[in-house]
Amino acid sequence: MNVHAREFNESARRCAADLTHRGLIQKALAGYYTKRDENQGRFQSWSGARDAAAEIKWEAINHLDRYLEEFVSRLEARGTRVFWAPDAKAARDYIVSVARRHKIRSIVKSKSMTAEEIDLNGALEKEGFEVVESDLGEYIMQLRREPPYHLVFPAMHLTRQQISDLFYEHLGSEPTDNPEDLTAIARRVMRRKYCEADMGISGANFAIAETGMISITENEGNARLTTSLPKVHVAIVGIEKVLPRLSDLALFLPMLATAGAGQALTCYNTLYGGPRQPGEPDGPEEFHVVLLDNRRTELLADAEQRDALHCIRCGACLNVCPIFKNIGGHSYGTTYQGPIGSVITPHLRGLQDWKHLPQASSLCGACTETCPVKINLHHHLLHNRRNAARAATSPLEKILWAGFALMMRRPGLYHWAARLARALQPLHGLVQGTLLDPLRAWAKTRSFPRVAQKSFRELWRERKTP
Amino acid sequence: MGPMFPGKVKISLFIPCFVDQLYPQVGMSIVKVLERLGHTVEYPEGQTCCGQPPFNAGYWGEARAVAERQIAAFRDAETVVIASGSCGAMVKVFYPELFHNHPREKEARALAAKTFEFSDFLVNKLGVLDVGARFPGRATFHDGCHGLRELGLKKPPRQLLGQVRDLTLLEMGEAETCCGFGGTFAVKFPMISTAMGEVKCASIADTGADYVISNDSSCLMQIQGLLDRQAKSIKTLHLAEVLART
Repeated sequence: MNVHAREFNESARRCAADLTHRGLIQKALAGYYTKRDENQGRFQSWSGARDAAAEIKWEAINHLDRYLEEFVSRLEARGTRVFWAPDAKAARDYIVSVARRHKIRSIVKSKSMTAEEIDLNGALEKEGFEVVESDLGEYIMQLRREPPYHLVFPAMHLTRQQISDLFYEHLGSEPTDNPEDLTAIARRVMRRKYCEADMGISGANFAIAETGMISITENEGNARLTTSLPKVHVAIVGIEKVLPRLSDLALFLPMLATAGAGQALTCYNTLYGGPRQPGEPDGPEEFHVVLLDNRRTELLADAEQRDALHCIRCGACLNVCPIFKNIGGHSYGTTYQGPIGSVITPHLRGLQDWKHLPQASSLCGACTETCPVKINLHHHLLHNRRNAARAATSPLEKILWAGFALMMRRPGLYHWAARLARALQPLHGLVQGTLLDPLRAWAKTRSFPRVAQKSFRELWRERKTP
Repeated sequence: MGPMFPGKVKISLFIPCFVDQLYPQVGMSIVKVLERLGHTVEYPEGQTCCGQPPFNAGYWGEARAVAERQIAAFRDAETVVIASGSCGAMVKVFYPELFHNHPREKEARALAAKTFEFSDFLVNKLGVLDVGARFPGRATFHDGCHGLRELGLKKPPRQLLGQVRDLTLLEMGEAETCCGFGGTFAVKFPMISTAMGEVKCASIADTGADYVISNDSSCLMQIQGLLDRQAKSIKTLHLAEVLART
């Protein structure tokens, strides 16, 4: 077992047994379910909307080359500098070099999972730049020196009390468990940072090819300030974020808000297209867009799982996933948690190192059922398992399944083995709970049914020949 | 949709391996219900397992080898009724994918097309809702994920249970949430599986029901296993066992 799998198992085991943690997550999501259902009801047809969205993403991803070029040429026409980053290092190096060139003192950043993916903050801090997260949840996690817990709700696992303690410790604020007071404390810090910062970094929710614009959807207004006040701006965009037309947002903005947060629409929806143009009163002097590949094109080349690039990072699959709800977001050890993370992480970071994630699923399919862009998530978990077994089979597992197949291909052998198991079951008590117990993984927490005295086949035969 | 098979149907039973060995009474109950409705039931003896365990583990070659045995066993069958939503999904949904571009693809698709999960067969193919059952008690229904999401069988089991005399059906809060069984997942990740099962059991207990009914014995093995350790008196029953009682 590799180190990632071992860490996953340890954390998952600890969290699954932590009833307080389990309760917190259930409580945090209960409100989401109600609001999500309510706002899905505002669509003429939610399932029709899913079909339409899946079709648009299919078109965008299957013609990604064309749409990306269109997106870039429109951006460049307004003086935006575009950098095509083949991998995380290239993206980090480029952004660090921009910061160096401008002798940046302070950076303010709005929420971006793509920036998390390349550990941008780590790289900038190593070079001596101060980076402040301006999204409240992300800011809380930054103070805790922890990665986001959930790709949409980064601090969903924390109580108000914990946040108050954190603010008290780092900011010296008065303890309070009033959410508005807590927000006001962060806001005071943030306003000062916006004014000081000479560089802003944002992500993108959608990249509109037709107009060469980046769409950001948010509830706090922090992305607006991050993208407009500092003199230099860098937006980091995964290449899969492209939508063909501006009008596609009419579907995708309410859909993302509904699936992601149970909202009809988020409070702020903004389009950014480049640096301050002549005659404009505000906006950054320099605007950079970093287009990140980081193995997305390898996933694009995989016709079977290409639709995983349809993902709009709404987090809906996490919210319904019984695995996520029991092990929590940090157990995954990945940028992208939950079902979508278990599908794409093996592609982004290496199948053999991360194959335990697709295995850690009961394949219930709640994710696929809820996905607004209809990614066949739980079937892709099966595909990842198959690819993992194909590429590097563990000899023991291979023997086990070859033996299983041998037995199940021969009904005589199967019935003989079953009779043997029936004969041996009374002896199970002798080894129960010990390392020799073949059922110990099951029987530690669950009773095991007795093998029936007569199998169905035997009962059937008796019945037919009285 | 009206009944597809008016009159008598010759049915070949697919009794998955774990039902054969651990829950033979489920198979016998299916026989009882189908015969009570006047149909002919046969049991092809060459059958073993649908192949789902190696398939889910990623060993598709081994899964194909096992599946080929079932394709052969049911080659001459007219209609196949299978005693599990999960194994039913394996045959109906995953055989076509497993045999994609394989010499046996046509046969695999033919078996998929003529195979029906028990409740699906009764309601959607025979058009029967009332099988003449009586079962005094308070029960809640657990949706097995494969039956629910791969086969789309939300309604049929409830329609059938709705006609059972003296049965009070109580919906639980999380009927559609996975019980945490998931085949080898239950032993590969026992603590996650157990946590999921505990959430399920709490949801069941909240209804005040005396019985949990499902159309998948594998989920019931997980649920019963946990209920036993919690010393709860709630009992699990397969849908067929309830429908067989008169």
